[in-house]
Amino acid sequence: MMPETLAVADRLSRDLLRPVFQTTGKFYALVVILGVIVLSGLATWGYQIYYGFGVTGYNWPVYWALHETNFVFWIGISHAGTLISAILRLVNATWRRPVTRCAEIITAFALMIGAMFPLIHLGRPWLAFYLIPYPSERGIWPNYRSPLVWDFFAINTYLLSSLLFLALPMIPDFALIRDRATGWRKKVYARLSLGWQGTPKQWHRLETAMHIMALAILPIAVSVHTIVSFDFSMAVVPMWHSTIFGPYFVAGAIFSGIAALIIVMAVLRRAFHLESYLLPLHFQNLGKLLLLMSLLWGYFVFNERLTAWYGNIPHEMNVFWSTQTGEYAPLFWTMVLCNFVIPFPLLAIRRLRSVTTAVLASCCVVVGMWLERFLIIVPSLSRKSLPYAWGSYSPEWPEIVIMVASFAAMALLYVLISKVVPLISIWELKAGEQPAAHSPTSVHEAETAGELR
Amino acid sequence: MPHRWGMAVDLDRCTGCEACVVACHAENNIPTVGADEAARGRAKHWIRVERYWEGEFPDVRLKFRPVLCQQCDNAPCEPVCPTYASSHTSEGLNAQVYNRCIGTRYCANACSYDVRFFNFFNPVWEKPLHLQLNPDVSVREQGVMEKCTFCVQRINAGKIAAKAEGHEVRDGDISPACVQSCTANALVFGDLNDPDSAVSRLSRSPRGSKLLEDLGTEPKVTYLERDAWHDAGDPRRG
Repeated sequence: MMPETLAVADRLSRDLLRPVFQTTGKFYALVVILGVIVLSGLATWGYQIYYGFGVTGYNWPVYWALHETNFVFWIGISHAGTLISAILRLVNATWRRPVTRCAEIITAFALMIGAMFPLIHLGRPWLAFYLIPYPSERGIWPNYRSPLVWDFFAINTYLLSSLLFLALPMIPDFALIRDRATGWRKKVYARLSLGWQGTPKQWHRLETAMHIMALAILPIAVSVHTIVSFDFSMAVVPMWHSTIFGPYFVAGAIFSGIAALIIVMAVLRRAFHLESYLLPLHFQNLGKLLLLMSLLWGYFVFNERLTAWYGNIPHEMNVFWSTQTGEYAPLFWTMVLCNFVIPFPLLAIRRLRSVTTAVLASCCVVVGMWLERFLIIVPSLSRKSLPYAWGSYSPEWPEIVIMVASFAAMALLYVLISKVVPLISIWELKAGEQPAAHSPTSVHEAETAGELR
Repeated sequence: MPHRWGMAVDLDRCTGCEACVVACHAENNIPTVGADEAARGRAKHWIRVERYWEGEFPDVRLKFRPVLCQQCDNAPCEPVCPTYASSHTSEGLNAQVYNRCIGTRYCANACSYDVRFFNFFNPVWEKPLHLQLNPDVSVREQGVMEKCTFCVQRINAGKIAAKAEGHEVRDGDISPACVQSCTANALVFGDLNDPDSAVSRLSRSPRGSKLLEDLGTEPKVTYLERDAWHDAGDPRRG
């Protein structure tokens, strides 16, 4: 048995560490292409700052539009990691092992990208530090009554904790790379692995820390997207001022997060030949979760729409009809199609379940959830209480370039991190492949298997 | 007693001449943005005259409603501002502190009256128009929100003048540019804490109502309209 387990461990390390140690021409090409797109996005932001916000399609009264849509969208995507990783870790679902790191990486990067948009949307972004409660001689503090200040703290908390949550389970893998690397790489990873030796004590501490973080990050994740929803629901704007927004946004966030995770996993599977690690089983299980969230999303939308319609408040009905039959109806019904009508049968019918259909459904959901954020923000602002001030919005190229760049940034960060850390947690897989604590190969694996069982 | 500035707008007197709009632009250094930008919804008018048509053709009535910042006591724009750029003064004004404004535009979204305006570009005054800029009013740069101040520069000047002459501010001493220029006397400005001021008396009028009163924003601008009182039992008034 001993040589067999050794062989397994070796194969795992070899397969999964290959992207870290071997760099192909494709990698450089991809980095250059994505980098150019990201840089053009940053340049466009510079253009917007230099010439003024007027280069966008924003107008009176639609003062929030595409940048805010992307903000909510990316913060939503970031909920992939917390759900999959934290919940599945806590309930000890063993199939999670190859999935968790992909998800945690999405969380960290989506948050970084999402957190850029509140800066991008500012009229004077160079003064964004006014949100920080720093001691100034004039004694002015941020306004703690403002949901934007809540946002600032919530997102920073979430970003810090999700980075920690991402970094913790990387430590043993960093140590693995350190042991195999030479030269400068060895030095860097020696630092990153924080003196990891795989002693039972260290394993115990890691497990405890992971448990604490998994427990802590769940309420943080729920509160973050609730607070993002408060940006809208706190304002007396028709169809914004709704008590359903908190849970509605959280459900939508998890929904889009799972979809993003499935897409990312499918891409990684193809790009890094991980067919023997990311199995159809994983796509099927995540597909079931996606199905559940699709149903939940449909339930929330039905609730929101029915109460607005039945209440029949004139201010709200103007917004309501503009999305059901009016100007925004094509987008609304596309959203319903993408979030419910298409994914539901694809994920629900057993015969249709496959990697391809899961990815197809996920692509629909990502589009649909993006539309949902747009449809929450823009129609309400274009149909506020005074009909004299009604307006409309269509984006100009700067918003679109910045949006495309945000997607490229996600891809770029993912490509770059594939050089830094194995995208599938090697030690967790090993622990999964050796369920009994018999392996004499190293103390830590035995210890882990024991802990995780 | 501190002042509490308010306004009464007599819709039965308003002729829709828009002199108030022009006067406001001149007094408060509000740039015009040109036809193209205005068509894209970038025009800034701290006071505007809304036109509403009532009835079916040919039996049509045209109604005017000057809308400016309602200086709400319970202003939705104030709590949402993350930097206190939008804040309440001791005299009940909704102040906009340009230096604190970082341009989230949240105040404008929260405002139910759509009276807050964003500077999409830096303002430009072609020569020689720059010579007519009002030195008492700061010019706002791009990325900053702005709105009606009830001509706070005139209020302060009036208070200083009254103090120098050794008396209290009298009713009618201070008038914002829009009030001063209103040929029909449709706009009346003054201290709501003075029960005898013209604006206080008009605000108590049975013809009076507040704009979007049901939202609970407690505006300090009262609209006077015969219909509002006369047709109180009319089911057409929603």
